[in-house]
Amino acid sequence: MPIITQSSSAAVVIDDAKCIAEKGCRVCVDVCPLDILAIDEVRQKAYMKYDECWYCMPCEVDCPTNAVKVNIPYLLR
Amino acid sequence: MAASAHRIEIIETDILVIGGGTGGPMAAIKAKEADPSLRVMVMEKANVKRSGAISMGMDGLNNAVVPGYATPEQYVKEITVANDGIVNQAAVMAYARGSFPMIQYLDKLGVKFEKDGSGEYNMRKVHHLGTYVLPMPEGHNVKKVLYRQLRRLQVAVTNRYMATRLLKGPDGRIAGAIGVNTRTSEFLVVKAKSVVLACGAAGRLGLPASGYLFGTYENPANCGDGYAMAYHAGAQLANLECYQINPLIKDYNGPSCAYVTGPFGGYTANNRGERFIECDYWSGQMMLEFWRELQSGNGPVFLKMDHLREETIAEIETILHTNERPSRGRFHDRRGTDYRHRPVEMHISEIGFCSGHSASGVWVDEHARTTVPGLYAVGDMAGVPHNYMLGAFVNGGIAGADAAAYCASNPLASYDQGDIDAETARVLAPTLRTDGLTPHEMEFKTRRLVNDYLDPPKVTAKMKLGQRRFAEIREDLDLLVARDPHELHRALEMQSILDCADMAAAASLYRTESRWGFYHLRVDHPETDDVNWNCHTVLFKDDRGRMAHAKREVDPYIVPVAAEDMSAYHQLRIKTPEAAE
Ligand SMILES: Cc1cc2nc3c(=O)[nH]c(=O)nc-3n(C[C@H](O)[C@H](O)[C@H](O)COP(=O)(O)OP(=O)(O)OC[C@H]3O[C@@H](n4cnc5c(N)ncnc54)[C@H](O)[C@@H]3O)c2cc1C
Ligand code: SF4
Ligand code: SF4
Repeated sequence: MPIITQSSSAAVVIDDAKCIAEKGCRVCVDVCPLDILAIDEVRQKAYMKYDECWYCMPCEVDCPTNAVKVNIPYLLR
Repeated sequence: MAASAHRIEIIETDILVIGGGTGGPMAAIKAKEADPSLRVMVMEKANVKRSGAISMGMDGLNNAVVPGYATPEQYVKEITVANDGIVNQAAVMAYARGSFPMIQYLDKLGVKFEKDGSGEYNMRKVHHLGTYVLPMPEGHNVKKVLYRQLRRLQVAVTNRYMATRLLKGPDGRIAGAIGVNTRTSEFLVVKAKSVVLACGAAGRLGLPASGYLFGTYENPANCGDGYAMAYHAGAQLANLECYQINPLIKDYNGPSCAYVTGPFGGYTANNRGERFIECDYWSGQMMLEFWRELQSGNGPVFLKMDHLREETIAEIETILHTNERPSRGRFHDRRGTDYRHRPVEMHISEIGFCSGHSASGVWVDEHARTTVPGLYAVGDMAGVPHNYMLGAFVNGGIAGADAAAYCASNPLASYDQGDIDAETARVLAPTLRTDGLTPHEMEFKTRRLVNDYLDPPKVTAKMKLGQRRFAEIREDLDLLVARDPHELHRALEMQSILDCADMAAAASLYRTESRWGFYHLRVDHPETDDVNWNCHTVLFKDDRGRMAHAKREVDPYIVPVAAEDMSAYHQLRIKTPEAAE
């Protein structure tokens, strides 16, 4: 069976203006226990890559510039 | 990608700890403290800095045995009663004796516990009989403290490696483990004299009612890998039918949390605002009353706090919204739930295995040894009932020290290269396909069927049907596709989940009685049968690779419990409901 792609909303939001991934920061990507954050290679900003969030918040608390906001995923909000 | 195209790095250590959450780091720390010359390594699927159940800290110790409040004997008795008599008291006693020294050790390392004006620990009563809860309103820094100590003692840490199988020598001793990098799919074979499993609960077994795969009570990284690895290595697993099922905030699926609010005067109430259980401590009996209340039409069930004073509520909010599950506050805000005016709606969680909260775990003795020589299990996945966070620390410490001693007299065991080849082939199989089924859909279906067929009240005919459905999913594994390392990581987790689903069904069918309240409520065998089943059950992989079971006697109690005391947890329902205050 061929595989299709489905979309969903990203509960974890990164403020591009604050994110300093271009300076090499990877803190949120490093700490996420589910490994669902990544750096967009073109924009050099962090983003939520997979909809697999435990809304636990190390990404938000450890971000040095307060760029991350964790919202509760829509299905359980 | 052929298996041979993948790099396999092989390294050697004395002690390998798998899982760097709570019990794992403490096992590594205590092994190093016992013998600083040992090479100790922690393999962690996530990042030790923020992994596991306590990634953000913890609201309190749920089972602290503190002099002046309780003796180890009283604690052993409480847990024996809370767990319907099926406990290995020696292991519970080892925990109870280690409890206070561990609190002092953590305190010395910088973990903050609540103290009164004169510097004494501020203990609170939540359990039915004794006083065991020690709040940690400033408990955010636990992981930092552990990490600092790992660094100080020069424990080697490999993050983002998921262990997939244990390796054994020809004499049956543990020989190490194989892991896969979750970002590159590279293999790491670790040869070790001793291995400590600390992979947490099997918390991704049932599907949360929200349908969100990762909206579990447990940290979803704890998907049952530890249980699956122990099973495939031939270790015995105990009392798996004694599921973990928790009373949680509906939809949010985190603790509400009665342990924090109870001592302040909050309580669990029905839709009339009335109490219906005497004690909010989580036990199978408590869950049974909770379920009955929902069934009776008196639901929803709530955590009620609106009768408390403003200062008290403000204090509760500070604890609950900043510590262990800080997104709780955000969840309540969006729904307009303010503790001052509205009670918190609760519900019953999905099922899982966990000995931290219940009693389903890998069989261990009082030294945290499993039935495989050189293999230890600690924390939520080790069968020491109701062990919670402090239990993970204490038993982790016991395992670390014992493993250090084991290493002194046991050289490395050799493993069979054929086992590595078979495992790399199994791991990589989903990467060889481009069409087929995705890890998400296979996981979703497995977990949805777990809810449909395994949730209590457990019905024999349903569980058997469930087994057939799981067997069909197992056949579908030939269609499982992983297109990148992240998907492969999920594909492997999905297989652990399926193993746990099979174990949950088989274990539940084996014990033909009802016990532990809601956790093992069997419709076809509604009574507790002490004549035939006042014993542990163990599940294991037999010589021919089949799932097998046996009864294991409960060792004679070291702390006697009178027959009339044994039913204390059976009388949790309030006789005449009190009017709301
Ligand atoms: C939301 C919540 C609230 C709680 N509140 C309290 C409380 O207030 N008081 C209390 O005493 N207890 C509480 N508990 C229980 C307590 O947190 C646990 O009992 C304890 O932390 C378990 O420790 P552990 O080491 O077994 O598991 P964890 O700390 O969860 O660690 C398991 C680790 O194993 C890793 N892992 C899993 N699989 C693999 C693999 N295949 N390879 C490598 N690594 C792997 C995981 O990433 C994780 O880091 C709570 C638990 C939860 C979930
Ligand atoms: S931690 Fe913050 S600044 Fe760093 S990459 Fe993530 S979002 Fe950007
Ligand atoms: S909330 Fe937790 S799971 Fe979600 S992105 Fe942040 S760290 Fe990862």
